[in-house]
Amino acid sequence: MSGLITRRGLLAGISALGAGAALSACGAKTGSDTSKAAGAKADTSGDTVRVGLLNSLSGTMAISEVTVHNALLLAVKEINAAGGVLGKQLKPVSQDGASDWPTFAEKAQALITDSKVVATFGCWTSASRKAVKPVFERNKSLLFYPVQYEGLEQSPYIFYSGATTNQQIVPALDYLKKQGLTKLYLVGSDYVFPRTANKIIKTYAKANGMEVLGEDYAPLGSTEFATIVNKVRSAGADAVFNTLNGDSNVAFFKEYKSAGLTAKKLPVLSVSIAEEEVKSIGTQYLEGQLTAWNYYQTTPGAANEKFVAAYQAAYGKDKPTSDPMEAAYISVHLWKAMVEKAGSFDVEKVKAASDGIEFDAPEGKVTVDGATQHVHKTARIGKVTASGLIEEVWNSGGPIKPDPYLKGYDWAADL
Amino acid sequence: MTVILNQSFTGVSIGAVLLLIALGLTLTFGQMGVINMAHGEFIMAGAYTTYVLQKPIGDAGVSLLLALPVAFLVAGSMGALLEWLLIRRLYTRPLDTLLVTWGVSLMLQQLARDIFGAPNVQTTAPGLLTGSVSVAGVNLATSRLFILGFALLCVAGLAAILRTTPLGRRIRAVVQNRDLAEVSGIATGRVDRTTFFIGSGLAGMAGVALTLIGPIGPTTGTNYIVDAFLVVVVGGIGRLRGAVITAFVLGLLQSVLEYSTTVSVAKVVVLVGIVAFLQWRPQGLYTVRTRSLV
Repeated sequence: MSGLITRRGLLAGISALGAGAALSACGAKTGSDTSKAAGAKADTSGDTVRVGLLNSLSGTMAISEVTVHNALLLAVKEINAAGGVLGKQLKPVSQDGASDWPTFAEKAQALITDSKVVATFGCWTSASRKAVKPVFERNKSLLFYPVQYEGLEQSPYIFYSGATTNQQIVPALDYLKKQGLTKLYLVGSDYVFPRTANKIIKTYAKANGMEVLGEDYAPLGSTEFATIVNKVRSAGADAVFNTLNGDSNVAFFKEYKSAGLTAKKLPVLSVSIAEEEVKSIGTQYLEGQLTAWNYYQTTPGAANEKFVAAYQAAYGKDKPTSDPMEAAYISVHLWKAMVEKAGSFDVEKVKAASDGIEFDAPEGKVTVDGATQHVHKTARIGKVTASGLIEEVWNSGGPIKPDPYLKGYDWAADL
Repeated sequence: MTVILNQSFTGVSIGAVLLLIALGLTLTFGQMGVINMAHGEFIMAGAYTTYVLQKPIGDAGVSLLLALPVAFLVAGSMGALLEWLLIRRLYTRPLDTLLVTWGVSLMLQQLARDIFGAPNVQTTAPGLLTGSVSVAGVNLATSRLFILGFALLCVAGLAAILRTTPLGRRIRAVVQNRDLAEVSGIATGRVDRTTFFIGSGLAGMAGVALTLIGPIGPTTGTNYIVDAFLVVVVGGIGRLRGAVITAFVLGLLQSVLEYSTTVSVAKVVVLVGIVAFLQWRPQGLYTVRTRSLV
């Protein structure tokens, strides 16, 4: 028996060595690509120009990112049908980031170097954005990032079409305060976004006479929430601020309901649960709970009706549309408007033309802020309905100027 | 005081979940010595069975009760098939079994993704099992009570089968001395397959019960597989009693630590505790002779 194991151990060792060699070969290849790539230019010579779509089409993030990819393709199709950009048709080039951050960097490089794209759209997690940021900066190529995030970033080569903290988390706190829900309990997954968000929440609470009674983190993927729910229940809070991600939400809300807690007794405000997630958690566990976004499928307006109808015609009648999808969809349209204003695909000219670009988006009118390369967006608080959609209960009244570093807020000076 | 009682109940209910997911494994890993990495996917199969049955039946309570025996058959058959196709050829090669069943686990996850789609699916829990009852100020979630009762029922049933039935005797005989069992006229191949069938079927039933508290998706099984192995290893390979005690001790330990520190810290402390315990008692709480690992 031990002989067998040793021989197999040896085999395993050899194959590991082989894998190691293959890996380092890959590394070397990427390295040389990178040095070559510094001078790579987008190709705008033909009748078509290529745009890069960089999403996880496989792996754990695929659930969410495939919907964003679909929304991007829809926008490209619409633009092509309307005559393209500067008379040129767009040819989407999809690369699979595979839910793996180094892969994102590699594929971003491939899009810029091999496909010679004029701009790239995509990424979801902050980790993937941080991985590709240096690639786009080094190559002076543009990325449009469509997901709400933790703020505190402003890359010259990234446009952020999702919300930064002052367009989602801060208005959500304003709303809770206005409702008289001043004693909060914070529950989140244990990684960078919830911890950063909770830091902002605690600072806000201190300055606004609110109280944070407890703060708990569960490892990503954790499905055991009995203790956390016990703590929440005995803390005497008015509301729970939820920054959990993925499967944990399912377990958390099932436990929450089992413990006899309801939206009426102790509302939960979530920042990572959109229409798609409501479907997978179960409406019976979420009904009446609050969410904070900039767009819901139910947002009124002709632009949204058109968007929802076009999306469902292309991808299925029962498919919901959500905030990140809408932000992805508008990012392509915003880029088109920038290019047309600049009269050129040149990255620096596009950036210079970006300030003040407007688009009649499904969420309402959005305007690009050239200084921060973020977008003015309306904040919306929604309530999950029995049908599984989210209906708006409050909005900020108009688009909020993006402030990724929260410089305009006195209470945030210490952050 | 209420807090202590509440947390004790939480601990017991975490223990019940651990027990339920580890029970099938005490048979396949514990009794037979097969490291089956696809055990978690049998749990997943059970969870999806609940989902599939609920669509045509509609009534949440009826479909849940019906899902228990159906999931036992579905997961059990998958297990028996796996045993017949692959594992029986690898009984003397534990490392190969590990790799092969891991591969099978990945294939089953992909299969679930192809059939049911990558996002989680949801089932409706019966109304009775979504609330809680209050006893002396302690809040007892009915879904947790159901899982606790069901876990204990499964243990009692399994113990009764192993102790009193002819099949149980044959299983124990094969585990203790395969050659002698064979010359005594026991068809060891068939006993192996039956054992695997029961062990996998138990995982399927665990999957049904877990739909009450956790997500149902392609990766449901991977959420539980490590904990299941921990319980079996600490309890002592092949001992039902060890698994029961370990599950509840770990559950209580986890709940106390989670309450006084954080979930992440509790996980780390429990793991370190287990490593230290296994240094002291590598054979686990209780021991029995097994075929291929010792």
